[in-house]
Amino acid sequence: MKRVFFYLKNCFWQMCGGLAMKMLAAVAELFIPWILARIVDVVIPTKNTTAVLLWGLGMVLCSLLAVVFNVWANRTSAAVSGDATERMRHDLFTRIIKLSACDIDRFTIPSLISRMTSDTYETHRVLGVLQRMGVRAPMIMLGGVIITLTLDPVLSLVMISAMPLLALITVAISRRGVKLYKTARQSGDDMIRVVRENVTGVRVIKALSKGEYEKQRFELKNRRLTMAERVAGRTMAGVNPIMSAILNLSLVAVILVGAYRVNAGLAEVGKIIAFLSYITMIFNALLAVTRLFTMYSRASASAGRIFEVIDCPCEPLLDASAPETENTEDPAAPAVCFENVIFRYPNSGFSLENISFSIGNGETIGILGATGSGKSTLLRLLLRFYSPDSGSIRVHGQDISQMSARELRRHFGVVFQNDILFSGTVAENLSFDRNLSMDEIDLAIKNACADEFIADPHAEVAIKGANFSGGQKQRLMIARALAGSPDILVLDDSSSALDYLTDAQLRENLSHLSASTKIIIAQRISSIMHSQHIIVLDNGNIIGSGDHAHLMESCPVYRETYEVQMGGNENV
Amino acid sequence: MSEAKIASSGRKRAILFRLIRYLLHIDGWTLLLAILISIIGNILALAGPFLSGKAIELIELGVGRVDFPAVVEYAILMIGCYLFSAIFAYILSVLMIKISQDTVYQMRKEIFEKLAKLPVGWFDRSQTGDVLSRISYDVDTINTSLSSDIVQIFSSAVTIIGSLVMMITISPKLSLIFAFTFPLSVVLIRAITSRTKPLFQARSKRLGELNGFVEEMITGQRTIKAYNREENTISRLYSFNREATEAYYKSEYYGRIVGPIVGFINNLALSLVGVFGALLYLAGSLGIGGISSFVLYSRKFAGPVNEIANIIGDLQSAISAAERVFKLFDEPGEKEDSLHAKELSDVHGNVALSHINFSYIENVEIIKDLSLNVPSGSLVAIVGPTGAGKTTIINLLMRFYDPQSGQILLDDHPINDITRSSLRRAYSMVLQDTWLFGGTIYENIAYGKESATLEDVSAACREAGIARFVEQLPQGYDTLLDDDGGNISKGQKQLLTIARAMLIDAKLLILDEATSNVDTRTEKRIQAAMRRIMSDKTCFVIAHRLSTIQNADVILVVRDGKIVETGTHTELMRQRGFYREMFEAQFS
Repeated sequence: MKRVFFYLKNCFWQMCGGLAMKMLAAVAELFIPWILARIVDVVIPTKNTTAVLLWGLGMVLCSLLAVVFNVWANRTSAAVSGDATERMRHDLFTRIIKLSACDIDRFTIPSLISRMTSDTYETHRVLGVLQRMGVRAPMIMLGGVIITLTLDPVLSLVMISAMPLLALITVAISRRGVKLYKTARQSGDDMIRVVRENVTGVRVIKALSKGEYEKQRFELKNRRLTMAERVAGRTMAGVNPIMSAILNLSLVAVILVGAYRVNAGLAEVGKIIAFLSYITMIFNALLAVTRLFTMYSRASASAGRIFEVIDCPCEPLLDASAPETENTEDPAAPAVCFENVIFRYPNSGFSLENISFSIGNGETIGILGATGSGKSTLLRLLLRFYSPDSGSIRVHGQDISQMSARELRRHFGVVFQNDILFSGTVAENLSFDRNLSMDEIDLAIKNACADEFIADPHAEVAIKGANFSGGQKQRLMIARALAGSPDILVLDDSSSALDYLTDAQLRENLSHLSASTKIIIAQRISSIMHSQHIIVLDNGNIIGSGDHAHLMESCPVYRETYEVQMGGNENV
Repeated sequence: MSEAKIASSGRKRAILFRLIRYLLHIDGWTLLLAILISIIGNILALAGPFLSGKAIELIELGVGRVDFPAVVEYAILMIGCYLFSAIFAYILSVLMIKISQDTVYQMRKEIFEKLAKLPVGWFDRSQTGDVLSRISYDVDTINTSLSSDIVQIFSSAVTIIGSLVMMITISPKLSLIFAFTFPLSVVLIRAITSRTKPLFQARSKRLGELNGFVEEMITGQRTIKAYNREENTISRLYSFNREATEAYYKSEYYGRIVGPIVGFINNLALSLVGVFGALLYLAGSLGIGGISSFVLYSRKFAGPVNEIANIIGDLQSAISAAERVFKLFDEPGEKEDSLHAKELSDVHGNVALSHINFSYIENVEIIKDLSLNVPSGSLVAIVGPTGAGKTTIINLLMRFYDPQSGQILLDDHPINDITRSSLRRAYSMVLQDTWLFGGTIYENIAYGKESATLEDVSAACREAGIARFVEQLPQGYDTLLDDDGGNISKGQKQLLTIARAMLIDAKLLILDEATSNVDTRTEKRIQAAMRRIMSDKTCFVIAHRLSTIQNADVILVVRDGKIVETGTHTELMRQRGFYREMFEAQFS
């Protein structure tokens, strides 16, 4: 949370002004019961009507000052917290977008999204509340105590003596409540899990007529959740009655002690009236402070999650704003070259072992392998989402670890496995802020076989391309990769949803783009069997390399895959 | 415009009434008791200032003349009142928790039972996240606001009326102050909230846009990086961020006036009470104790007025949540089985389709006049490009959907005259998206046949070729699967669902071939298992490999959701149509 306050530095003086305003407002409000006591004790005995009216005017004036200062301070706090949040959100987003693939794996995407949305919202809200209540409530409490001390120290001590007890009980109960709510939340997750399973498995459940069984399964979870919430609720329900009981009892004590002191001539009755007002004010302030504490602890959890991301170190060469590196490309060198590359994911057992191959300029290479064989990992290493543990990767003869990520990625047009489209128009998606001409876009649409369903390049694309079918999305993403006329085109399993016919047409179109080096990753053997060079991956190892005819002879896995997928009917 | 507004407020009221009826139905008597207790508790709390006023009147007598026994008496009464009011407040909370938990429990239960009744088509149209948010978020929203708000309304009413009555008894003249300040605060609050409402709406809209943008960009960050679009994306955030912050600021700028204004009116009332109270005292028509009680009552009076704005906001969100829940309740369920529907037993597995017409959406014809005779033991293959609608026929066979016209017969019985459960029991099914639930492997496999022993399960696993894998796990058949079986591989999941189907051993089989998401060796094992399960059954196979189907008795070729060709492999090859094109493209 301290780090959040750092963002307040920019408007430090503005904020101080606002806080000062808030304090003045609190002082003005504190004066009102004091004046009331004064009217009762000092002015009334003089029977001076003008004085009563004058003091009354003073009270109205205090009320007016309070409202003006409060509104002013609230507006300042809104401006200050808005400004701080805006900058914090900007920094967080900048950092997230530049986060390395390893860090994204570690944080996970849903968690990053919630940090960027609900956590920044929470801190924004609490920054506002803190500026408004954080000053006001302690100020009222402190001011109230000071004023009551000046009015009558003994009565004041009677009142203050209740406070430690109050704090102790609230803290004890809330601590238990937090624990109970945690168990309740777990029961809630359990309940949701059953519902989720029932929604996704509706066909199986209906096919097997298991509705009754599922009802009982849900019943159990539902009951358990209800019990947990009831226990937690009952515990927390004690806080407010106990607090108000203690406060009201201290009020009675003030009256009793007050009666004794008035009788002994040590106090006036107006002061007791003022006390009754101050006790309610202090009580409300106390309630606000306890609320503030729970809010503050929630917000500092949020702030912690935000700064965990912002503080993530960034490798200089991977930063998109890094300065350009020296270009030492060699046009004669192979487009891509892997040399003894070894790589292990930090958090899983999977590894790539000793990968070596090279792709000449303008060549087409196919990479075949089952899920989990390391195909996509190869691509991630090539684009430097991850760095190899040993060995080197060269693009046009230049070691990619010496290049800035920006420089490196400029060479590529990529379609990832499970890639996404963005909301906007088709043309915006294909151009992707790269200032491409309409001709380039039209040509890419044609080459990607997307012209059969794209009549107008300005057609809308919904979020994540939801208004297109799987095969249509894949063709649009291929068009996006083609539109920039990259010198290396990489397609990772990006024609899997196309039917054989369209897939064949697409391969035909791509084969005419002789300027590009093409890397095609697939599970479907027909997508790559015509490549000049094919690599077969299994469990992180290259187990076969060569053209189709060669692999049919030398690589049993390749041959088996061919037979399984083609049904062994090549001669039909 | 105004007409639409009236209609929507009428709808809101209807939802609110339905919600209240729902609540009364579940815990009507407890709610009544709660309201009663809240009234008593509030009256006891109201007695406090009255008694303290009385005590102060006795203290007012001054030095040496304070009537101690009487003061102590009032003090004891006050302690009693406050203690009882605190006890009542606690009882009230406990009652409210009971009511709200009963309601939530019942609502969740009814939602779940409704889900069990809804047709598959509804799930195909709905998003999982949306369904989940109804049973969790919406129910919680209704819960937190509704029951507490109802009691809050009653207790506020008691406090307002009670303190007003007390103030009038103490001094009718002084009470006139509130005839001025109360309407003033109502008018001011309404004026401000009506002006800030669109600002708050704009604020949620802008925030939604910002969140949408952020979600999309973070999900696509890999693509953004690959195309070097980081800086552009960050600069695009700027306007979303700016607008969201600005909208938030504007709503706060005006919205945050309400608190201070309400505070001001309370303070103003207090000042007026002070001045006029003093004047009345000087005129001899009011005691100091009276002023004191009056001040305390006026503070009590102000409390609920501040609350009203909160309650209205709460109720509004409860109503929109309730609307979503009730909409689910009102969704038409699967049609009931016809009255004379009979249990089908001893299935032979003869299926016949005659003149079937079917469309998912009106006027978009999917199946047109399809007739097909499938004698027991034959193999029907359904082929076509991905996403072409190959599952439609399965949906009809199992009555997940009903055709618009035509008839499907199973063993010469129209399937509409068979109970759904016995019809569905006649089939085993292996679907492409393998569904496993959080439970042990044993529970997952025995899911379709509760009477299955461990031997039965392990026999099915052996036949499916997964027994060895399961038995070498440390917990064997008692191994717990994560949600959706996340801790085992895709191929193994597929084999487990095949084992589940083997155990059911129905006469009819529906098989959706796995796509190529598994390695070749597993794939071979799956194919072998599928061949074993297919023997001596009537099979409907959704085929992705052309090898499976060459010996099929009939092949249905599906394209763009429609059946375009039917026949055997040789017939279709001879036709030189779409099937032949597809077949040849594979080897081109």
